[in-house]
Amino acid sequence: MDRINDPNNLNSDKFSWRVSLGGALGLLVLLPIVKPDPFLDIIKFVPDGIGVTLIVTLGSIFVASIIAILVGIGRSYNKVLNRVLSIYVEIFRGIPLLVQVFYVYFVLGRFLSLPREGSAILALSLCYGAYMAEIVRAGIISIPRGQIEAATALGMNKIQIYQHVIIPQAFRIILPPFGNEFIMLVKDSSLVSIIAVSDLMRRGREYASATFNYFEAFTIVALMYLVLTLCLSKFVSLLEARMSLEVRRKKTRE
Amino acid sequence: MNDTVLRVENISKHFPRTGYALKNVSLEVKKGEVICLIGPSGSGKSTFLRCINLLEHISEGSIEFKGEYIGRESVQDSKSLEKKAQKRQKKMKRKDSLHAHLARERIGMVFQNFNLFSHLSILDNVCLAPCKVKKEPLDQAQKKAKALLERVGLFNKQNDYPSELSGGQQQRVAIARALAMDPELLLFDEPTSALDPETIKEVLDVMQTLAVEGRTMLIATHEMGFAKAVSDRVCFMDSGQIIESGIPQDFFAQPKEERTREFLSHIL
Repeated sequence: MDRINDPNNLNSDKFSWRVSLGGALGLLVLLPIVKPDPFLDIIKFVPDGIGVTLIVTLGSIFVASIIAILVGIGRSYNKVLNRVLSIYVEIFRGIPLLVQVFYVYFVLGRFLSLPREGSAILALSLCYGAYMAEIVRAGIISIPRGQIEAATALGMNKIQIYQHVIIPQAFRIILPPFGNEFIMLVKDSSLVSIIAVSDLMRRGREYASATFNYFEAFTIVALMYLVLTLCLSKFVSLLEARMSLEVRRKKTRE
Repeated sequence: MNDTVLRVENISKHFPRTGYALKNVSLEVKKGEVICLIGPSGSGKSTFLRCINLLEHISEGSIEFKGEYIGRESVQDSKSLEKKAQKRQKKMKRKDSLHAHLARERIGMVFQNFNLFSHLSILDNVCLAPCKVKKEPLDQAQKKAKALLERVGLFNKQNDYPSELSGGQQQRVAIARALAMDPELLLFDEPTSALDPETIKEVLDVMQTLAVEGRTMLIATHEMGFAKAVSDRVCFMDSGQIIESGIPQDFFAQPKEERTREFLSHIL
C-alpha cells in the first residue's frame, strides 16, 4: 500500500532518468567531436525534423486526449452511447496504425484537403484516442460504487457526480498509463514519415539513402527520439507528483 | 396525518437472479420516530433502506415521502395493461421521479462502508453536497460543516483526508455529511458493522444524541443494546418480510413470533 501513494514512486526513477538522458546527450555531443566525418553532417541535417515531430506529437497528444476523455466518459455514462462508441474503439484499435496513416492521408486527407501534418495528427489521434479511451473508462469504473451511491443519496445528479466525484479521482488513476501512451505516441509518430511528413525519421532516412551512412544516421535519430521521450516522461512524472495525494494533503495543511 | 414522514405500502423487490429480497413490506414512520430494523444478514434490511432512498427500484408497491409519491409500481406487469392505463402510469412515474429527485435531498443515508469521497478533505466531504445540490455559498456551507464536525467531535480533523481517519471517525464524518443536507429522514444501513467494538461506541453515541434531538431515523443494526435503548419501535425482518414489530420493552421481553424468539435467543 505504501508504494501507491508514495510520491517517490513515479513514472520514472530520478537516477535512471538522469543516467539515460545524460548518456544520450553525451553521445550526441561526443560522436560529432570524435568522428566528425558523417556525424557532424548528420547533426546539421537531421534536427530540422525535430520541430515537425514535436508538432505532430504534441498535436496528437492533445487531440487524442480529448477524444479519449470524451469517449471514455461517454462509454460509461449511457448504454446507447456505450454501444456506439465501442464500435469506434473496436475498429480503430483493430487496424494497424500504419494502415490508418495511409488511409487517412490518401482518403480522408485528399477529401478534406488536409495538409500532410494534419493527416498525420488525425490518424495518430484517432488510433491513440481509441486506446486511451479504454484507459479513461478503466479509470472511471475503478471508482468505488459506494461513493457514487453516497453521492446519489446526497441528491447529486449524474453530471454533478461525474464532475465532482468520479472524474477528479479517475484523473489521478489514468495519469500514469496516459504518460505511457504519450511516450508510445512520440515513437509511433515516426510512422508518419511514410506519407512524406519530414519529421525526424524522414530526415534520417533522407540522409542515409543519400550517403549510405545508415548506421550513423539512425544512431543519431534514435538518440534524438530518446531525448524527446525522456523529456516527456519527466513531464508526466512532474504532473503525477503534483497530482499525488501526499502533495495535495500538504497543501491543504499549510 | 401531517406528521407522517414516510409511508411505505406493500413494497416488493425482485432481483432477477436471487428472487424476492422484499415481499409486501409496509411501514409508516412518524416525525421524530426512531425505528430500528433488526434481523439476520440477508433478511432484506439493507434492500429496504436502499429502496426507500431509491438506490434500488421497487418492483411493486408505493413509497410516499411527506405526502408525495416518490416510487410507485403497480402489481400487474405493464404488458397486460391497456394502452390508456399504460400512458397514465408513465405520466405518473415521470411525476414521481421528479419528486424522487427532490426527496433524495431530504433523505440522508449513512452506509456500512462509510463511502467518503477519498479525494476530498473531511471538510470538503461535508460541504460538497450543500454547495452543489443546494447551491449554498461556500463560506456558509463551510461554517455549517465546521459546526457539524464539532458536534461529531472531529473539528480538528477537518483538513485530513478520509484514509487518515479510523473507521469510527470516518463513519462520524459520514453522519455529518448526511446531516449537512438537513435531512428530514435519516437512514442508517448497519453503520457499525464494519467497525471494531471500541469505535462502535463513539458512533452509537453520536446517533443517540441525534435520537434525543428528535430526528426521524430508520436504522438497520445488529446492536441490540442500542436498539433497546434508543428506538421507539423495533421491527424484526426475516426473508424479506417484517415478521414482528413493537415497542422495544415488549419486543425484547416477550416476542410473539416463534422466529423472533429463535433469533433473539441466538443473539442475547
